[in-house]
Amino acid sequence: MGMTVAEKILAHAAGLPRVSAGDVVEPAVDLAMSHENAALVMNQFAEIFEGTGLEPRVWDPAKIAIVFDHRVPAETAKTATNQKKVRGFVAAQGITKFHDIRSDAGGICHQILPESGYVRPGMVVAGTDSHTSSHGALGAMAIGVGATDMAAVWALGRLVNVEVPATIKVVADGEFKPMVGPKDLILYLIGMISAEGANFRVIEFHGRAIKRMSTSGRLVLCNMSVEAGATCGIVPGDEETVRYLREEAGVVDPITPVLPDPDAVYEETIEIDVARLEPQVAKPHTVDNVGPVGDVEGIKIDQVVIGSCTNGRLDDLEAAAAVLRGKKVAGTTRMLVFPASWRIYKEALRRGVLSDLIAAGAVIMNPGCGCCLGVHQGALGDGEVALATTNRNFKGRMGNPDALVYLASPVTAATSAIHGVITDPRKGGD
Amino acid sequence: MAEVVLRLGDDVSTDAIYPGRFMATVLPAETPQYCFADLTEFNRRLRAGEILPGSVVVAGRNFGTGSSREQAASCLKGWDLVIVARSYSRIFFQNAVNLGLRLVICPAIEADEGDELEFTPDAVIDATTDRSFPSEPLPPARQAIVDAGGLIPYIRMRLLQERTR
Ligand code: SF4
Repeated sequence: MGMTVAEKILAHAAGLPRVSAGDVVEPAVDLAMSHENAALVMNQFAEIFEGTGLEPRVWDPAKIAIVFDHRVPAETAKTATNQKKVRGFVAAQGITKFHDIRSDAGGICHQILPESGYVRPGMVVAGTDSHTSSHGALGAMAIGVGATDMAAVWALGRLVNVEVPATIKVVADGEFKPMVGPKDLILYLIGMISAEGANFRVIEFHGRAIKRMSTSGRLVLCNMSVEAGATCGIVPGDEETVRYLREEAGVVDPITPVLPDPDAVYEETIEIDVARLEPQVAKPHTVDNVGPVGDVEGIKIDQVVIGSCTNGRLDDLEAAAAVLRGKKVAGTTRMLVFPASWRIYKEALRRGVLSDLIAAGAVIMNPGCGCCLGVHQGALGDGEVALATTNRNFKGRMGNPDALVYLASPVTAATSAIHGVITDPRKGGD
Repeated sequence: MAEVVLRLGDDVSTDAIYPGRFMATVLPAETPQYCFADLTEFNRRLRAGEILPGSVVVAGRNFGTGSSREQAASCLKGWDLVIVARSYSRIFFQNAVNLGLRLVICPAIEADEGDELEFTPDAVIDATTDRSFPSEPLPPARQAIVDAGGLIPYIRMRLLQERTR
């Protein structure tokens, strides 16, 4: 009996010839990522060492990444003080993969890790953020954990008591219609299998639509796999993975994709013909409340948000700018754009993408999590409606439990911004 | 006997349990004040000491969906609440076990606020309605952490074994 990608990676990392779903393993971690919540990890880490007489040193400072993104620049004295404590820890422990609030280093963790070449096929990545599932887009096994689990990784270099997840195989064939893409595919899939449909499982993506998809698009799929509960979304490494890592992430050392065995055991196989997909929208207040854009057309929107670790990459900004070029955001709508990293920001600036967006009336914010989780900027007023390219629409997510958040692709968001109401992107801006 | 003090539906997110705007507060000693902050009356009752330790929150499927924020587990733990849900989202479930929050997996639970519950090793009994609902044991890997008193003592033990070997 063969192994899936997740099983192969976990077996290798646990030093075992083979594992299968349900086995309990302790995989060595290749990359351990945290953001501002490193402050809590530090607290738990210190507690582990209390009374042991051992010096509290992390297992490998070169394998820890810390990226400030959730509240940048700090919105309160409290956040600033937490960030200061983390900087102190980074210096004391000699952590090298540290991304502070700087235009030559910063951005959202799930963009910084791929674009810096930190993630490679076959790695085990642990991150104190649920969207750590994103990194499976590069053929890694990437697991979101809490702060105490991460403190254990910092101490031991391994995740303890991991149950090997079963794998759901998604085969996406066909060719996307114009104005339909990865975001619509993943929203559709989540709507189909529900917010719990892949809980304690991995989603492995296959099919010609995935083969042809850029790494940016694959990151969208794997990022949002967690919205169906998945431990990780994985695209097995291929030529595109190698291209991305070499050309965009500057990786020079050998890259070895991990492929599933031909007789790998999947819990379920789901086939999707992407040619049949229409633009999708997730309605408040759950991500699996999904329907075609036609269901919600005409709903008035107060704020359009383009950005986040889901859809804040260069191709997303370019697609939005192409829709908005020479047009205006409706007078009753605000449009906020926050690129996923400073590298993307600078490239969008160089290509004139940001000026197109600005000319249309959009406000460009600094790279980071921005208003995605409702703690920093761009909160919604009571009763207001937002259409966002982010990944969550839970009650209260954008800072106000009395507001409504819809989720869609960058082109749907940009087209809707022009009209001030949710609009099918195939209708354009006129 | 433990009273059901809050009854919720499916897909209760960690944003509902611990809203993102309080995420700059991280220490387990400080998070309980924001527990279910947007359920203002329930949050007020917690802070006023009107809810006894050991009281029960009953929920449907996929409790704790969403973000990995450990505050969602520590704020519930701080009030010593017991969660009885039909199923749990993975990261929340793991965080709860790690912090020693009491969770019961009870796939068919139905109970109303005000009901008195009793727990046996394999069932939850609603003494008010006289109905019994089977509960599932924790997976063995998780039980090992609970038995050690949480992940911190568990890892401390492992660390001492490894670094002093
Ligand atoms: S952009 Fe949003 S979803 Fe992504 S890491 Fe930041 S807060 Fe989380």
